[in-house]
Amino acid sequence: MSGYAWRSTVSRALSVFKSQTTVTRNYGSVIKTITLIPGDGIGPEISSAVMKIFDAAKVPVHWEERNVTAIKGPGGKWMIPPEAKESMDKSKIGLKGPLKTPIAAGHPSMNLLLRKTFDLYANVRPCVSIEGYKTAYSDVDLVTIRENTEGEYSGIEHVIVDGVVQSIKLITEDASRRIAEFAFEYARSNQRSTVTAVHKANIMRMSDGLFLKKCREVAENYKDIKFTEMYLDTVCLNMVQEPTQFDVLVMPNLYGDILSDLCAGLIGGLGVTPSGNIGANGVAIFESVHGTAPDIAGKDLANPTALLLSAVMMLRHMGLHEQSRKIQTACYDTIQDKKVVTKDLGGNAKCSEFTDEICRRVRDL
Amino acid sequence: MAAAVRTAVLAASKGIYAQWAPVLRRPFCVSASLQHQITSNQGDAARADGVFKVTMIPGDGVGPELMTAVKEVFKAGDVPVEFEEFHLSEVQNMASDEKLEEVLSSMKKNRVALKGKIYTPMEYKGELASFEMRLRRKLDLFANVVHVNSLPGYKTRHNNLDLVIIREQTEGEYSSLEHESVTGVIECLKIITREKSRRIAKFAFDYATKKSRSKVTAVHKANIMKLGDGLFLQSCQEVAQLYPKIKYETMIIDNCCMQLVQNPYQFDVLVMPNLYGNIIDNLAAGLVGGAGVVPGESYSAEYAVFETGARHPFAQAVGRNIANPTAMLLSSANMLRHLNLEYHSSLISEAVRRVIKSGKVRTRDMGGYCTTSDLVKSVIDNLHPLHQR
Repeated sequence: MSGYAWRSTVSRALSVFKSQTTVTRNYGSVIKTITLIPGDGIGPEISSAVMKIFDAAKVPVHWEERNVTAIKGPGGKWMIPPEAKESMDKSKIGLKGPLKTPIAAGHPSMNLLLRKTFDLYANVRPCVSIEGYKTAYSDVDLVTIRENTEGEYSGIEHVIVDGVVQSIKLITEDASRRIAEFAFEYARSNQRSTVTAVHKANIMRMSDGLFLKKCREVAENYKDIKFTEMYLDTVCLNMVQEPTQFDVLVMPNLYGDILSDLCAGLIGGLGVTPSGNIGANGVAIFESVHGTAPDIAGKDLANPTALLLSAVMMLRHMGLHEQSRKIQTACYDTIQDKKVVTKDLGGNAKCSEFTDEICRRVRDL
Repeated sequence: MAAAVRTAVLAASKGIYAQWAPVLRRPFCVSASLQHQITSNQGDAARADGVFKVTMIPGDGVGPELMTAVKEVFKAGDVPVEFEEFHLSEVQNMASDEKLEEVLSSMKKNRVALKGKIYTPMEYKGELASFEMRLRRKLDLFANVVHVNSLPGYKTRHNNLDLVIIREQTEGEYSSLEHESVTGVIECLKIITREKSRRIAKFAFDYATKKSRSKVTAVHKANIMKLGDGLFLQSCQEVAQLYPKIKYETMIIDNCCMQLVQNPYQFDVLVMPNLYGNIIDNLAAGLVGGAGVVPGESYSAEYAVFETGARHPFAQAVGRNIANPTAMLLSSANMLRHLNLEYHSSLISEAVRRVIKSGKVRTRDMGGYCTTSDLVKSVIDNLHPLHQR
C-alpha cells in the first residue's frame, strides 16, 4: 500500500518531465509564480542576473521574493518564516541562492531546515563538461542523485562514555525505495540509459544492503533502463580515471554528498554546477551550491553560472523547454567564446557584463 | 645449499659493486655497505642463513597472480626472503576460524606480511564483520598508509603527484554494528573514540616528522557529524599542538574530494577516519593511474602488512594474465626496506620504475598490450642492467 503511495508521489513529481507537449500547453499561457530566495553574500547579485536573463528570454514567470532566516516557532522548534513557507506551498517551485550558515548560531543550517520543511528527499546534480572551460576532464555527462533525508545525516549522535561517540546512520526501506524510483523515473524521462547504485554493502552489510535491495527491486519495474551496482570506492577510482563511463548514479546521503562534489570538481567546481532538490507533493527547489563568497559580495564580480544553470534545470522541470534551451545555449556559448566571462572562468568581465552578454545572445537566438 | 649459492652470488655482486663503485649512484653505495653488514652478520649462529620469513596471504581475485609475480622477481633478484603462504578466502570456502588462527600465529612469529585483497561478499549471512576486518582487528592494524606518487614516464591527467594518505582502519563506519530496529529501518553505528583518533593523529604527525613532510591535513565531516567527527577533529587538533614544526589544516571530505581532482598539489599528508580513507585512497590512486600502480601498507604497533594501495580483488581479470603487478612489486620493495634489506628493495623498485619509464612494456590498464608475465619478465631483465652493458 505504502509502496503505491510513494510511487504515485514520485510519478506526480516527475510527470512534468514525461509529457512535454501537454505541459508546455498548460504552462504556456499561464504565468507561473516562482518563489525566489536570493540568499546572502553574492546571492542578491546573481539572483538579479538570473531575473534579467529570464526577462530577456521572455519567460512567463512571476517572481515572489522571500527572505529566509531561521526563526523560533512555538515549542522552541526552529522553522523558516511563515511567509516564505506559504509562498513555497503555493508556487511549489523555488530558486535559491547561497545561504550562509553561521557557525554555532544555535540553529540548524537553513539548507537543512528547508530540506526538512518541504521533505526534499532527492538532490539531483547534472555534471556536464562546459566547452571552453578547460579542466583535466572533458566530455563528462553524468547525473548524481542523492538521498537527502536520512543515512549518515540523520543527526542522531551520542556520547556513550567520555571519549566514545556513536553516530547513527539510518537507512529505511521507504526512503530507499523512494529515491530508487525517483532515479529510474528521472533516467527514463531524461533519456538516460543506465542507473548505477553506489553502495558499500560489503562493509555495511545490513544498511547499505537494504538500500541495494530496494534499488534491485525497483530496477525490475524499469526494464528499459540498464541497472548496475558498484562499490563506492570503485566508483571513486573509476570516476577520476574515466568519468565518461557513468550515466545516472543513485546513492545514500553521505556518498551522494561526496560524489556530487567530486563530480562538480571534474567539470570545474561548484561555480558552474547546477543543483535541484525534489520533494514530496510536487515541491522542488533549485539552487546554486557554492558559498556566499562574502569577500566579493557587492563588487559585481560574482559568477552567476551555477544559479543560472539551476534556473535552466527549473525551467525544464516546469516544462518550459523552449526557454530553458535558449538560456542554456546562450550561457554555454558565452563561456565558450571566452570574451566576456567572469574572473573565475578565466576572463575579466564583471557580473553585469557577463549577464548582458548572455541577454544579448538570448535575444538573438 | 641455498645459503651457499647465496653467499657466492653476494660475493660476486660485491665484486661488481667494488668495480662499479665510482659510477654508481648513492643509494646503491649505501645499500652496498648495508649489504656488507648483512653478509658479515651471517656468521652469527642466531640467523644462520640470514633468510627472513614473511607471511603471505594471496587473497582473492588476481592476488595469487600478483604473488607469483613477486615470487618470481624475488627469486631472480636473489632476495633472502622466504614466504609462509596462507590461503584465506571467503568466496572459495577457505575461510575458517582455524585458518585465521594459523595466519595470526604465523604473523606473530614473522611480524611482516605481504597480502592481497580478501574479497568481501556483500551477502549478509549472520556475520557482519568480514575476514579482512577481523584480521585487521586481531592484529590491531590501525594505520593504513598509501603514498600516492606519480610514476615517472607514465602520464596521467595529473602528474608529479606526491601525497600520503593515512587512514584509521579499525573503527568508524567499519565497526560492523548494525541492527534492524523495526522492519525496514536499519541503524548502522559509526564509532569514534578519542583513544584511536589520537593514536592515528599521532601516527600521522610522526610519519610526517620522519619523512620530513611539512603539512598534515585532517579530513572530516564535523559540520554534520558534530560529535563523532568532532571528536576526531579535536583529537587531531590536540596532537597537532605537540608538533609545532608541522603545519596543521582541516578540510571537509566533500571539498577535499573536489580539490583532489582540481588541484591535488596542495596536499601533503592527509589523515582521516575509516570510510573517508577508503574513498580518498581510491580517488588518489585513480589520479596517478589506478589500483594497479599504487602500493600501500598497514601498521600496528608490532606488525606491518604490505599490500596494494587501492584494495580490489579485480576478479574479472583472474587467469587472464592481464593484472598489473606494479603496485604489488613496489609494495614488496617497501616491505624489503622495512626488513632493512635496502639493497634488494631498491634493486626491485628501481627495476620497476625503469620498466615503467621506458614505456615499452605496459599492461592494459596502463594503455599497453602486455601481459602480467611480460611485465614481470621485463622487470627481471632490468634487475641488473649493469650486467648488460
